[in-house]
Amino acid sequence: MTELFMNLGLSYEWAWGISTIAGILLIALPLMLGVAMIIYADRKIWAAMALRRGPNVVGPLGLLQSFADGLKVFLQETIIPSAANKGLFLIAPIITFTVALMAWAVIPFNSGAVLANINVGLLYVLAISSLGVYGVVIAGWSSNSKYPFFSAMRASAQMISYEVSIGFILICVVLWAGSFNMNEIVKAQKDHVWIINGFVANPLLFPMWVMFLISGMAETARAPFDLTEAESELVAGYQTEYSSMSFALYWLGEYANVLLMCALNATLFWGGWLPPLDIPVLYLVPGFVWLLLKILFFFFVFSWVKATVPRYRYDQLMRLGWKIFLPVSLLFVFLISGYLMATGHFA
Amino acid sequence: MIQAFAFYLFATLMIASGAITILARNPVHSVLWLILAFFNAAGLMVLCGAEFIAMLLIIVYVGAVAVLFLFVVMMLDIDFAELRAGFINNFPLGFVLAVVLLSELVLGVGAYRAGALKLGTADGTAAPSQAISNTEAIGALLYTRYLFLFEAAGIILLVAMIGAIVLTHRQRSGVRGQNIAKQVARRPEDATFNVQPEVGKGVQL
Repeated sequence: MTELFMNLGLSYEWAWGISTIAGILLIALPLMLGVAMIIYADRKIWAAMALRRGPNVVGPLGLLQSFADGLKVFLQETIIPSAANKGLFLIAPIITFTVALMAWAVIPFNSGAVLANINVGLLYVLAISSLGVYGVVIAGWSSNSKYPFFSAMRASAQMISYEVSIGFILICVVLWAGSFNMNEIVKAQKDHVWIINGFVANPLLFPMWVMFLISGMAETARAPFDLTEAESELVAGYQTEYSSMSFALYWLGEYANVLLMCALNATLFWGGWLPPLDIPVLYLVPGFVWLLLKILFFFFVFSWVKATVPRYRYDQLMRLGWKIFLPVSLLFVFLISGYLMATGHFA
Repeated sequence: MIQAFAFYLFATLMIASGAITILARNPVHSVLWLILAFFNAAGLMVLCGAEFIAMLLIIVYVGAVAVLFLFVVMMLDIDFAELRAGFINNFPLGFVLAVVLLSELVLGVGAYRAGALKLGTADGTAAPSQAISNTEAIGALLYTRYLFLFEAAGIILLVAMIGAIVLTHRQRSGVRGQNIAKQVARRPEDATFNVQPEVGKGVQL
């Protein structure tokens, strides 16, 4: 896009600046709109599985429910507890929300259509997702209240546990793709097995994908791993003391993170913007449509799991992360690098 | 222009947040400023073109080490009056440390003035800039020339890990853990049975 603005007669610096800002807006605005609709979709799916109607009053079929909720929290008063650490209390939701948006910079929406096409894209995603815990931990501490504090401690232990196995899973993908660049990873999945575009068809990587999906749920603290906001034990966890917009930022951030995890699932294992099968006709559909369809499919899976699977106990959550996922993912790093070495993949 | 602006932004923020890390009275605030300093250091490394190291800095230090710091510091109930009372006792040790750090700083500046150190290839010439990403460049160096040092680092980490486990592991008696395999293997016929009791007789278990 920089070239486009340079052709309009701008110097490189200005063209770069304007195209970057335009790119950020092009991603962030649809994403926010998408988050509003996805919250509605989540509630509808959840309701359908519980044989309820879900939101159906505001707008046709309740489509405007999220906007009504947004307007409502926007007009509410922001309450800051008198014992809270005021500065950190207000910064915490901003961190969560910003971090949830930042990782989208390296997600490729089409061949080369990516805001920051950096060499270490996947490491960037890992780095940004490891920051997500700070919003929760700072909120828990600065609220100066016991339930948020418990929740913050749970969150920090939980997110570190699952990041370790996610790291190993991503290493497997990187080994096969031979690059940390997200666009290269998508391209490496073309025709991966027979005519299927996507690492998921590979018998060695399929178990990795299953573990990535589950770790993703734990990482975003979605049900059944939403121990940080377990209402039966911790009221609302780290969000207990939050109200109005600062609460809404957590809400938006959580769903933006869930969408990001869906996008990562699609990009790393299901061929990203490539069509599912390598058939010329399917390439007539633009790449971002395929990516969007995949993201929506994975979001349905996330909602489905949320509606049907009971919440884990905390020790079970830790056991799953450290005693099952970590050794298994380590084993697969061995198997995959061994296989690639034996078949001369790196030659 | 953008590079210079970014450099001065990151550098100033890093030095400022480093200073506040030391000066902040609240230890939790200190850790948070330290995290900001790490961040800006990562930004500077991106400017140098060392994006791999920058990302590792964030993943390892900000994402894991600092979280654990914060975790520990948050749970401490630090009495500042008591901390300051220990100032006189710890002063000599602190003074020695300060002198060591200051002399290192002076040496560092001196070495910087003397010109760049010729690291890189075996004959002392600087490493050639190749058209490969620095992830590949680091990998190629680590697994060929510095293989034994790399393995030694791995062994040291392994020893540290085992040491930590040995120090903290304790066998507690009387704890009933959950055996998930046993639970999954349990079938309904092992646990339940049907009876047709006569009215008013009850069931013999």
